[in-house]
Amino acid sequence: MHQLTHLAAIEAESIHVIREVAAEFERPVLLFSGGKDSIVMLRLAEKAFWPAPIPFPVMHVDTGHNFPEVIDFRDRRVAELGVTLVVASVQTSIDTGRVREDARPGSSRNRLQTTTLLDAIAEHRFDAVFGGARRDEEKARAKERVFSLRDEFGQWDPKRQRPELWNLYNGRHRPGEHMRVFPLSNWTELDIWQYIGDEKIEVPSIYFAHRREVFRHDGMLMAVGPYLPTPEGAEVFETTVRYRTVGDMTCTAAVESAATTVADIVDEVAASRITERGATRADDKFSEAAMEDRKREGYF
Amino acid sequence: MTELLRFATAGSVDDGKSTLIGRLLYDSKAIFEDQLEAVERTSRSRGDEQVNLALLTDGLRAEREQGITIDVAYRYFATPRRKFIIADTPGHVQYTRNMVTGASTADLALVLIDARKGVLEQSRRHAFIASLLRIPHLVLCVNKMDLVGHDQDVFEAIKAEFREFATRLDVADLTFIPISALHGDNVVDRSPNMPWYEGTSLLHHLEEVHIASDRNLIDCRFPVQYVIRPRSDAFHDYRGYAGTVAGGVFKRGDDVVVLPSGFSSRIRSIDTFDGPVEEAFPPMSVTLTLEDDLDVSRGDMICRPHNRPVAGQDVEAMVCWLDEQAALTPGGKLGIKQTTRSARALVKDLRYRLDVNTLHRDEAATSLTLNEIGRVTLRTTVPLFYDEYRRNRATGSFILVDEHTQHTVGAGMILSAPD
Ligand SMILES: Nc1nc2c(ncn2[C@@H]2O[C@H](COP(=O)(O)OP(=O)(O)O)[C@@H](O)[C@H]2O)c(=O)[nH]1
Repeated sequence: MHQLTHLAAIEAESIHVIREVAAEFERPVLLFSGGKDSIVMLRLAEKAFWPAPIPFPVMHVDTGHNFPEVIDFRDRRVAELGVTLVVASVQTSIDTGRVREDARPGSSRNRLQTTTLLDAIAEHRFDAVFGGARRDEEKARAKERVFSLRDEFGQWDPKRQRPELWNLYNGRHRPGEHMRVFPLSNWTELDIWQYIGDEKIEVPSIYFAHRREVFRHDGMLMAVGPYLPTPEGAEVFETTVRYRTVGDMTCTAAVESAATTVADIVDEVAASRITERGATRADDKFSEAAMEDRKREGYF
Repeated sequence: MTELLRFATAGSVDDGKSTLIGRLLYDSKAIFEDQLEAVERTSRSRGDEQVNLALLTDGLRAEREQGITIDVAYRYFATPRRKFIIADTPGHVQYTRNMVTGASTADLALVLIDARKGVLEQSRRHAFIASLLRIPHLVLCVNKMDLVGHDQDVFEAIKAEFREFATRLDVADLTFIPISALHGDNVVDRSPNMPWYEGTSLLHHLEEVHIASDRNLIDCRFPVQYVIRPRSDAFHDYRGYAGTVAGGVFKRGDDVVVLPSGFSSRIRSIDTFDGPVEEAFPPMSVTLTLEDDLDVSRGDMICRPHNRPVAGQDVEAMVCWLDEQAALTPGGKLGIKQTTRSARALVKDLRYRLDVNTLHRDEAATSLTLNEIGRVTLRTTVPLFYDEYRRNRATGSFILVDEHTQHTVGAGMILSAPD
């Protein structure tokens, strides 16, 4: 019968992409945030080169506003794999005057990450950067190639994308340009969770239901924490929540959920009627084109 | 077990392609509340009477402002039986380039026709590209049946006309479905408005169409992508050849030869992170180890001793030109990538340019420009290991790269070795 399941088929495709980059680029790096997509991407990289170690470093663009559980997880996973971790720090970018932080308390550092990321790419002379973005996440992503060329300013030009045919990826680029590579392009949120379940991959605990002190902000549940001050008059209450994405604590919202296992999450995602970004990313709500604009500037 | 089906959609502007995709996503619950809300807002602000499902698939700001679609977009939905990847290709002037891109990996092409307009020049072009790219299954959706009173005669006439044209193409499997994307007739369920139609709904067809035998499971082809050498204590002498199976079924213990060296050996193991497997078939990504210590590197081809690809520097191919700036002309030099092999290629001859609407061959043509398709003879700096595209899409395809801009400028489908 010789037929693969859909997960095996997209897994094979992703591994092909990762190997292609390792073969054709001098200095690749894999962005690893400790979030579920980058965890799956790291597992695929592990699979692609086994029994050899992953032949490139991983990089975390650190806003400084992290969930401690996620940082613990990141460090543990990196140690297990024996890969080199590069931390590119937004705080350092602020301290050295590369970016200016919005003075208002609790403002998100999400947008500042772009400068930190591009500076790190230049400093380490990375020529290929693996990102865990998926095309089902957002409309602008739906049009992005697996191999996505960035000019010397790190910018994406949607009108000048290279045609991408068969599995023949064109990795050629000129000095100063680099390639963003998205091995998970064809995965959906549901695929990610089914795969995590099938493969028994560990993910940070905040993905599962837990009790947490939260308050409502623009219709979303935000955690009480050191980085985002609770707005005056907001009612703080404890409830059972989980996170669908893990990012900057100031702009990543929790969702009410009782899902305590991966199987519960798969059911929840399958039944969910709100996209992951819509539910939990305050930064995408600004405008319909928010993601497109950030991508053009060089965002993930 | 859920399988994966990739399909490409094509249609002229306003045939209802976006509406149909929106409908498939909506009815299969792949659309989320917040996306729908955004679309409702936009529909209202544009003064549309009803929610425009087509907006769900418009991606970028420039497109929304100009009300057009720029590029190939990928969409996802799933049913319990299959997961679907849609390559949604817009239908304006740059069409050929977009459709070729979207069609290259598709198992199925879905071409829309407006029932009121019938088979247009563009419909023929879409069908031709689908056959050129050898998409195994072609579905012709005759849309807007509600606007022709769900009339069977209209459907049958379009079907007859299209069938007549399709005999000149190489289409293995052709299906016709009368639908109304706007109202959902025959999209997910059979429509009570067209009792005369005896086939299945579109979604049912997408779920059931038989794709397992579309791959080449006969000619064993393994382009080496990456050599794995751990040099660790536990795997001191390990030397594995990683790659994606491009054809046939490789089994542990098989006799193989490695091209270009021609050395033979035997498969010692087929390894994966999850443990060794007994056999590997397309599109699995695996690592082969061989019994003998050979010098094998990226770009080499592992195959069976008595079933080898063509090995040669001369290639005869249909090329679709994708670049706005430069043109393909005889004497031109380009980069070429075929399987995991990269080389340079000289354009020796442009035999003819094909008119994609009439299929007329213009032998006086001296160049191929954007969206043009022609038959080309190439000479490469190193031998390529290839099969005819019609026999194997993975080993019969290549891309051409402009050596100055580094852009992908051409897509090639190999016909044969030149005589
Ligand atoms: N009556 C009717 N109108 C339709 C149907 N499908 C699409 N339309 C309308 O045709 C117009 C063009 O549809 P759209 O999906 O934007 O076409 P596209 O350019 O092919 O993506 C829109 O006004 C749709 O509402 C149908 O089945 N019946």
